[in-house]
Amino acid sequence: MYVGIDIGSRYIKVVALNGGGVEDFEVADTGFNPYERSLEMVKPYNAKRTIATGYGRHFAREDFADGVITEIKAHAIGVRVLFPNCRTIIDIGGQDSKVISLDESGRVADFQMNDRCAAGTGKFLEIMAKTLGFSIDEFGTQSLTAEKAVRVNSMCTVFAESEVISLLAKKEEPRNIALGLHQSIIERVSSMIHRVGVNDDIVLSGGVGRNPCIRELFGQKLGRLIYTHDHPEIAGALGAAIVAQSE
Amino acid sequence: MSDYREMWKELGLDLEAHDQLLAVIPQIYGDIYLSQKDRPEGMGYLDFVMSEIHGLRVKELNDLRAAGGKVVGTFCLYVPEEVVLASGAACVGICGGADWPSAEAEAVLPRNLCPLIKSFMSFKLAKVCPYFESSDMIVGETTCDGKKKTYEVLGEYTNVYVMHTPQTKSDASRKLWLEEVKNFKDKMEELSGKEIDASALDRGIAVVNAKRAALRRLNEARKADPVPISGKDALLIQQVAFYDDPARFTEMINKISDELEERITDGIGVAGKGARRILVSGCPMAIPNWKLHHIVESTGAVIVAEEACIGHRYFRDMVDEAGPEADTKLEAIANRYMKLDCACFTPNVERIDNILKLVDDYNVDGVIHYSLQFCDPFTVEYNSVERALKDAGVPVLKIETDYSMEDTGQLSTRVEAFVETIKEPQGATV
Repeated sequence: MYVGIDIGSRYIKVVALNGGGVEDFEVADTGFNPYERSLEMVKPYNAKRTIATGYGRHFAREDFADGVITEIKAHAIGVRVLFPNCRTIIDIGGQDSKVISLDESGRVADFQMNDRCAAGTGKFLEIMAKTLGFSIDEFGTQSLTAEKAVRVNSMCTVFAESEVISLLAKKEEPRNIALGLHQSIIERVSSMIHRVGVNDDIVLSGGVGRNPCIRELFGQKLGRLIYTHDHPEIAGALGAAIVAQSE
Repeated sequence: MSDYREMWKELGLDLEAHDQLLAVIPQIYGDIYLSQKDRPEGMGYLDFVMSEIHGLRVKELNDLRAAGGKVVGTFCLYVPEEVVLASGAACVGICGGADWPSAEAEAVLPRNLCPLIKSFMSFKLAKVCPYFESSDMIVGETTCDGKKKTYEVLGEYTNVYVMHTPQTKSDASRKLWLEEVKNFKDKMEELSGKEIDASALDRGIAVVNAKRAALRRLNEARKADPVPISGKDALLIQQVAFYDDPARFTEMINKISDELEERITDGIGVAGKGARRILVSGCPMAIPNWKLHHIVESTGAVIVAEEACIGHRYFRDMVDEAGPEADTKLEAIANRYMKLDCACFTPNVERIDNILKLVDDYNVDGVIHYSLQFCDPFTVEYNSVERALKDAGVPVLKIETDYSMEDTGQLSTRVEAFVETIKEPQGATV
């Protein structure tokens, strides 16, 4: 068995390959002890080789992993297996968002990543959903039914939260605020997309790929088809597992 | 270090705050420097200098002052060190690479300002830099708006003299700069009470040229593969160049170069042959700013050159031989400084040419463009640097950061991913 583990700030994802195809995959909340959780998740596979990625990759290398790759390389490899014609990856993770441009052969040609702050990330969406009283799943679907977008000016997670609360106090509809919040994420990530340049196919990867409103808005903004996988959150772990198997 | 407490007290340092500052350095230095494998033995001198960072050298400066000499503090390599030394004064670069006393500066400066400027202002206000407190005069320059205006504020706390550095390389600018160098000579004569004649200038030029030559030689060794010295160690040497005793420093660095040259002959390196070779280009990294170098070299890549003021810009050009008169020597000094290619100039095409030359000379695999936050000249100039490098097929990564450690996780990911992308040969598939 060859295992790829993507230790993210919000979720830990594991993909196991059996020398050929995918044997199994698993997603769990990172929780309070990412180290213990990671160990629990990889142990049952008794892997021949384990490659770690994600923000927790370095502690994994010190302990159970045989090697590490960055999320950028992991997503490039994983997404390319799922979508062989992919040239642009938009990956919105828990605490960072990235845009990766691939050359024709699938090699990383360029990438952009948000610096330091959580604005425009999955964590931002999560906190905003909670403030509006939506579950994560409802957040995107409700936002799609909005009649108009109520603009939220602040991109700082803390300030945006207060802004949302005062909009609710002004009796603005939660789903309209939700649409405004989704739009602000799109704006934020679009500037990174333009820096690396857009080439088809475009794939939205990472847990935020599950959000139908984000998908829809990216499609509108870029005027192109946006692909997502049924399990967009495992692309990084899949990439790591492929490296484990091919090394 | 306790021997120095009396001296620090006399200098007017805030002893308690200073203790806290000094307590941080050994920890960081241990983690970043002493943990390195296969360091050249000669780095022991730098370990000693760092262990005495606010001790021995400060004592030397104070002994000089007790004997009637003067100390001049600077922030920029535009200040002609040759002229300072010609007057018998010592020239020291002032602390500006840490954000430990950072809150202090925001009492008098805006928050959104270059971290280097905020840092030196903080060191002054918090009274924790013995070099600042040992300086009889601080020489500023008009290289950027942030510094230019901050010197007005700094002038309220200490003796500041500002040189007008030009922003173009026109004939009018050259004339202005020569005038400025001459005025500075007059100022140094007034401060030191000594006449700066042709032979004094010769002495100053000889000492500084020798220091620059030693740094050139050291950097020459970094062209080898495997690289005989880490980028971190080379950076430290270039940082210490700004405040150590120049003659001793030159001697010690030449000794390190002897060792590095032997290592090259024996094929000994700090990273394996074929390790990815990185050029860092952009803003200066003042001591103890080792953040980016540490992140880069933790990935297994090595930094082989710094295209920066604390780097090649400092030692690339020498003062040429000139006629026997003091005036022609001052002209030669002024000409040397007009060759600098800081982003404060417009246009500044020389910098692009120099970056491309370094990429070639040092067999560089990728360039990391480093700018301090809010540094307009370098952040804006990135555009043309990026275009030139991309046209030449050289991978480039832009980093914009400050002295805080809050973004190290993201920086590590970006730098590691950059090293991964340049690791794979063009067109390789997985």
